[in-house]
Amino acid sequence: MSVILQLLNVLPAALLAGVSAGGQYALIALGYTMVYGILRLINFAHGDIFTVAGFVMFYAVTAMPVYLAIPVTILLTVLLGFTVERLAYKPLRSAPRMSVMISAIGVSYLLQNLMWYITGGQPQQYPVIPWISDKIQIFGQETKRVTVITPLLTVALILLLLVLIKRTKLGLAMRAASRDFETARLMGVKINSVISMTFVIGSFLAAVGSFLFFSNYSTVSPTVGTMPGLKAFVAAVFGGIGSIPGAVVGGFLIGICENLIRAMGYSTFSDAFTFALLILVLCLKPTGLFGEKLEEKV
Amino acid sequence: MKKANRTILTGLGAIALLTVVSVGAEALAGSVSGLSIMLAVLKKATVYSLLAVSMNLLNGFTGLFSLGQAGFMLVGAYTYAILTIPVAKRAGVYQYYDGGVVQFSLPEMFSGVLGGTVGPVVGMVAALLVCGALAAFFGWLIGLPVLRLKSDYLAIATLGFAEIMRTFIQFEGFAPLTNGSNTLRQYTTFKHLYPYVIVVGICILLLVLLVNSSYGRAFKAIRDDEIAAEAMGINLAKHKMMSFVISSFFAGVGGGLMAMYTSSVQAKGFTAAMTYEILLMVVIGGIGSITGSILASFLFIGCSEWWLRFLDDSANNIGGMKLLAPGFRMVVFSVIVMIIVLFFRRGIMGSKELPDLFKKRQGKEGTR
Repeated sequence: MSVILQLLNVLPAALLAGVSAGGQYALIALGYTMVYGILRLINFAHGDIFTVAGFVMFYAVTAMPVYLAIPVTILLTVLLGFTVERLAYKPLRSAPRMSVMISAIGVSYLLQNLMWYITGGQPQQYPVIPWISDKIQIFGQETKRVTVITPLLTVALILLLLVLIKRTKLGLAMRAASRDFETARLMGVKINSVISMTFVIGSFLAAVGSFLFFSNYSTVSPTVGTMPGLKAFVAAVFGGIGSIPGAVVGGFLIGICENLIRAMGYSTFSDAFTFALLILVLCLKPTGLFGEKLEEKV
Repeated sequence: MKKANRTILTGLGAIALLTVVSVGAEALAGSVSGLSIMLAVLKKATVYSLLAVSMNLLNGFTGLFSLGQAGFMLVGAYTYAILTIPVAKRAGVYQYYDGGVVQFSLPEMFSGVLGGTVGPVVGMVAALLVCGALAAFFGWLIGLPVLRLKSDYLAIATLGFAEIMRTFIQFEGFAPLTNGSNTLRQYTTFKHLYPYVIVVGICILLLVLLVNSSYGRAFKAIRDDEIAAEAMGINLAKHKMMSFVISSFFAGVGGGLMAMYTSSVQAKGFTAAMTYEILLMVVIGGIGSITGSILASFLFIGCSEWWLRFLDDSANNIGGMKLLAPGFRMVVFSVIVMIIVLFFRRGIMGSKELPDLFKKRQGKEGTR
């Protein structure tokens, strides 16, 4: 009984933190899921691109005011995502899938070492973004404004993304490419620019996610993105990799569950839980909640 | 002579030769100043070559793309450390947990029976075997659910399991056994290079024999085409599990050796990044080549730890450039790795072995 009472006490705060974390996971997960949908590639470097966005912001605010630093960070992150695709994935377009995945692991290795070199391996204090880092009162709990903004912004961005995919010509090309690569190409879809755009959108969402994540987390270090990256990936798999609503649902679900477990006092197991959930889903329904069914051809 | 017997003889010969070389290298490293780093590099590379070959068995020979290596190494490293800390030192190591629950040490037990010179060695080898057995057991446990998955899903599931193991080892409830998130240290280790070479050599020889056996041929058949292999009467589940468990066994032994080499273990070091490094070694050496993996791990460790060191030294900068600084070595190194991954996809050896190269040359000379 006392356990339930205790849970009820911490429930609002945990739910709020969970929805906020879930929003961040969802934003990163979209990058994974869109790339997987088209290239069938687990982009292991995505978590590192997210971290780079954190560092770029850190350096950008030392040189310019915050309202300029934010668009500059977004621009540079997008550019990085674009470059990575052109240099590391495009040459392997006709190679076996595993080679591309290994290349993604190589890029992740390179980005981490590069960040370590530039920053000297020291964790850096993330700049305070005014207004969104202000303290506010909600449900009788004191929290940063970013906690409330995150889910709202996430939902807004996702609606925008859905409009882009369902209503525009680019979205049509993306859907065609994810359905059948070769046929899309035969129908005159410029496959390379579609793939580049996918990486651009994914990196943009990762950059937005990094503002929200690091405003909460407050330190940036070269390997800090690995964990949220992996968890976002779990979210993408959970929802059915390749499916956009799936990634969002997965992200929010994992964020909320994790924070509930933490609130109950088992914070050691919050990471383990995420991965246990992944394995459970993979074993029971390998294509995730909303995933398409894969068939093996002889 | 039967092919297997010839392989055993060649392998044992190579191990003997490498043992002599390693004793020589150690003497050289001890006498020439500035070469002491060579000994550390050789030890680390020897350990990594076993880890790379055991990963190659899965990824290269059976076509199971697994990323759980760090998890099995973690099991091996912790098992080794827990079993070999001398009883007298346990109170110091487990200072927050009243000396821990394990109150024996295998090397000490065996030296009680077999004397002070043979006993510790037997104890350490026994501890390594336990490392392997425990890692293999975990491999079996994990293999039950995940081996039904294919390609990238399998990769992610195994990666997830490695992360779960890392969390569980740091769990406070197991702390009297695992020392929680504190380091385990002061355990017995091999002092010289040659015992590493012998243990790793024997393990790799066993793996070579396995790959060349009928089981090995079944593994390769599964790698090339699962459906065709099944149609030929190969039991997929059984062979995949066998490959997974054996690979875990040697990853566990490798983890134990790694614990020896680093002389202290902490769970938080065994991250996915460690698995990625081993995977990159396998790729550089050539997926499906054992000698390639061995060569690649020596080149990989040599480059990343030793030959590129000068890039980290800001004193080497030419003409006021500030390019060379700590960390630059790893940037250059990862660029090299990326170039290999992108443009030399077959790695150093492709799927050939070192002896194959000599055979071909002989064949050409014969026809001339």
